[in-house]
Amino acid sequence: MMMTSTMPLSAPQTARWQPGASAAAQHAELFAPGGEGAGAALALALARDHLRGAGDPLADIPDERAWLWVQDKAAIRLSGRPYRPGLPRELRHRLIHVAADKPDDALFAIEEGLRCRDLAFVVGEIAGNPRALDFTASRRLSLTVERHGVPLWLVRLDAARDLGSARMRWQARSAPSAWPHRNPRAPGSATWQAELFRARSHPPGEWTLRDEGGALHADPMRYTGPPHHGDLVRAPIDRPLAAG
Amino acid sequence: MAIWCAHLSIDRWLLAEGCARGTGADAQPHALIAETAHGPRITALNPAAAQAGARRDALLADARAVCPTLATSPADPAGDLAFLEALALWAQRWGPWSAIDPPDGIIIDVTGVSHLFGGEAALLGDAGRRLIARGLTVRAAIAPTAGAAWALAHYGPQPAIMHGGDSLDDLPVAALRLDPAVNLLLRRLGLKRIGDLSEVTRLALARRFRNRHNPAANPLIRLDQLLGRVPEPLLPVIAQEVPLVQRRLMEPIRHRELLDRVMADLAHDMARLLEARGEGARRLEAGLWRVDGEVLVRRLELASASRDAAHIVRLFAARLDDVDAGFGIEMVRLRAPWCEPVALSQRDFDAASEEHGTSLAACMDRLVVRLGEGAVRRPVPHASHLPERAQRWQPPLEPQPASQGELAFHERPLKLLDRPEPIAVLYATPDGLPRRFRWRGQVHDIARAEGPERIAPEWWRERSSARLRDYYRIEDEAGRRYWIYRAGLAGDGRGGVPEWFLQGLCA
Repeated sequence: MMMTSTMPLSAPQTARWQPGASAAAQHAELFAPGGEGAGAALALALARDHLRGAGDPLADIPDERAWLWVQDKAAIRLSGRPYRPGLPRELRHRLIHVAADKPDDALFAIEEGLRCRDLAFVVGEIAGNPRALDFTASRRLSLTVERHGVPLWLVRLDAARDLGSARMRWQARSAPSAWPHRNPRAPGSATWQAELFRARSHPPGEWTLRDEGGALHADPMRYTGPPHHGDLVRAPIDRPLAAG
Repeated sequence: MAIWCAHLSIDRWLLAEGCARGTGADAQPHALIAETAHGPRITALNPAAAQAGARRDALLADARAVCPTLATSPADPAGDLAFLEALALWAQRWGPWSAIDPPDGIIIDVTGVSHLFGGEAALLGDAGRRLIARGLTVRAAIAPTAGAAWALAHYGPQPAIMHGGDSLDDLPVAALRLDPAVNLLLRRLGLKRIGDLSEVTRLALARRFRNRHNPAANPLIRLDQLLGRVPEPLLPVIAQEVPLVQRRLMEPIRHRELLDRVMADLAHDMARLLEARGEGARRLEAGLWRVDGEVLVRRLELASASRDAAHIVRLFAARLDDVDAGFGIEMVRLRAPWCEPVALSQRDFDAASEEHGTSLAACMDRLVVRLGEGAVRRPVPHASHLPERAQRWQPPLEPQPASQGELAFHERPLKLLDRPEPIAVLYATPDGLPRRFRWRGQVHDIARAEGPERIAPEWWRERSSARLRDYYRIEDEAGRRYWIYRAGLAGDGRGGVPEWFLQGLCA
């Protein structure tokens, strides 16, 4: 607390984001379209990148802590459930999946997971802009992450960029993959177009991220101009008066 | 087993003097005296004094008249009792349970342990040897009841082991552990041996001592205890550790703030120690060792048992005001000589989890309680080649079932839709690669594709009309990667035109 308060606000912004840059646990939000796997896949890639950076390289025992994947019902309907054979090899046996009915329950499960230091990280997947996920809820999650040191990647499927307190906010979508060696007509290794549009410690930017043999590889696309802080006011949404 | 230290006070005095029997100070008549209302009275004396004519319980002045060279030193009954307690604990080497028998005996329960020492005689010999090695004059006996063992140790032959058929009738009535007044009364009645008592009608004895309820005043009760007819509860000696924490300091401290810090650390350690024992402190002693060898002790008594570190620190803060640190304090020690049980209580469960986080099991419990059993699960592999059957779900903390290694010939999607969604596909040939498809109202042009990967139905559990699947891993022009399949082949005779489905979303 004292450190951050004495640092000038602009100083941490100088470091440009790159894979392996974030060793500290933080709350990141990824906005992604619902009809593709880019959001969750990029969240997992970033989580693996974080684990590689945060883990002790000299530890005898590999990190075998479980990790939590929380989905609400709409997210499951939109993009399906995790499929164990398709998960990264070092993560597949450690997954604990939570299927929540409502966004409130999903947020509760995410927060409980963040409080449990036996978890390596938490991935949340929530569709749309539910009322439960307002700025207060987002702030709660950020504070819990900072207090207990369990990082969170919250995937927002088909969501507008509303107000949020996440330390890093990404916009993710799939990108055409590189040509594979074996079969030039087959899809190659997973590639995503990721735009970091708001971050506390990095200037915004856009990258093409690629998963190469488990390591995250970034090609910078271009440098965007002034940061976009998200809409300060929630966009008016038509809803019946009875809904409050 | 009863052990009687016949000359406990004198033995302790000898040990304190550091001289062997009959040499040094013990060669001269010597007596231990206690102050009474009528002047100093002899409580114990050495053999030289006894030979010179002094008697126990005599006034010192009378004894001096008989033996003018009698040297004296004060008796220490409290020290004797403490020694006896320590001896009773030490004597638990011969049995699991021991009691002190004031003023100078101990009783040990050796039921069923004598074979560990090679029999009762060997056990008794071992006890005698070890106690003599400690410089004590002892008499020991083993008997079925505590009363009988006591009687044999005090008045029986040595070494004495009482077996089932043995009789104690020859022992004097004093072996019944009676008050001196009752002993005197029995002697006046002409009952000198225990055997004499059994010759008197039991009814007559009961009537004679009908208003004596104290066992030490009622020979009938003592006789029954001796013979094991009535139980005789004894108070066992149990070793109790005093919680103690201390800090040795690298640099002697001379300032109050540092001392407060050390006290806070100690109070915290003490609180943890007491918590582990499920106790709270009623009395606390802080000892401060100064560099110059001085020890300052501050005591504190609490109204009710407590292990609240902050509370202890606050109370000690007032007591440490007058501490003179001198050249510095090099060690601080905190003891809790008096503790009382305080049940562990779980306060502020929510606050604790807020503060320190939860364990994985606690986290799972909280999730399951709110979201239900089926909501929190983990995927485990299952032996099936149908993609949707290749994983099953089980409760999160159950051990994962053993399974064969997964073959990594084909890439699998990251996510699987709960139910494959039908898509409309445009293709060049019915069996060939798809070109374009419509899913959820959106048209995707297929840029790249891999396949087909043919997965046959599981004929042993499905109907004969189940169709095979040809899976394709595709990427559309925007880079979105999907896993789609065609159910069946054209002309396989199991339905009409093959339908297409989208089943998985790739990374």
